[in-house]
Amino acid sequence: MSTTPTAPADAGPTPDHAAKPRRRFGVGAVLITVYAILAIGATSRAVVQMATVYPEARIPITLSAVSAVIYIVATLALILPGRAWYRIAWITISIELVGVLVVGTLSYVDTAIFTFEAQKAADGAVWSYFGIGYLYIPVVLPILGMIWLRSRRGQSTHRLSPPAEV
Amino acid sequence: MILWYAGIEVGIAAAAGVLCVILGLFGRKPGDLTMGAVVFVELLLLAQLAIAIASPFAGNSPAGSILEFYLYLIVALIIPLIAGFWALIERDRWSLVVLGIACLAIAVMVVRMNIIWTVQT
Repeated sequence: MSTTPTAPADAGPTPDHAAKPRRRFGVGAVLITVYAILAIGATSRAVVQMATVYPEARIPITLSAVSAVIYIVATLALILPGRAWYRIAWITISIELVGVLVVGTLSYVDTAIFTFEAQKAADGAVWSYFGIGYLYIPVVLPILGMIWLRSRRGQSTHRLSPPAEV
Repeated sequence: MILWYAGIEVGIAAAAGVLCVILGLFGRKPGDLTMGAVVFVELLLLAQLAIAIASPFAGNSPAGSILEFYLYLIVALIIPLIAGFWALIERDRWSLVVLGIACLAIAVMVVRMNIIWTVQT
């Protein structure tokens, strides 16, 4: 990384960098992109499943819909500034991690619930089998998200409150 | 959907994705080559849309859900626009990585689209 995140006052390469307090996402942009793609994927998948095969697989498809909503909120929370959104980002990403771990474990242990998904593994709910249908991205992403949120802690709070020495 | 055309699409989208991610990680900003590669992927997808519309009239109908197929195709068409827009407003190395991930996602989606068209029942 070329820029130092905690020194906005020193002579930056661009003059408007100091003038405009616009937050640059940097590597976070990559995280947000993956979240956005997953949110779109989970949402459209859930919509298709609800429109076509809902009665056959109530539980996995409901989970698909719930996870789609969580991914949408998490994506927004990562983009939008302010402490409230920062907190929402933590909450949604934590739910994601718990969700993918619980559902992933359940899908291996209690196959009766996810039998429908077992038949169409790649077509499954986002969290089934730890996200196997999504290249295991769903189980890795919340961890990367938490690491990024931790590193961003100071930036997101300094506008609303004095610098927190937590 | 035509198999060899889908193969070309997947190959070029994956190559463009790897190129953008690597150049981005090496600190390059989006330039003519990388933006051009993304535009090319978008044009391939537009041709894919034309093929998908025309194919059923030539006796090549999708085996799987047509709704799901077009949802993939439309989302795939929108992704490079958003990533490209991002690359124009925030020109740094990470926006190039974003462009690369967008291309890689498209490669995966075209594979999925081909599965829906051919083998899914």
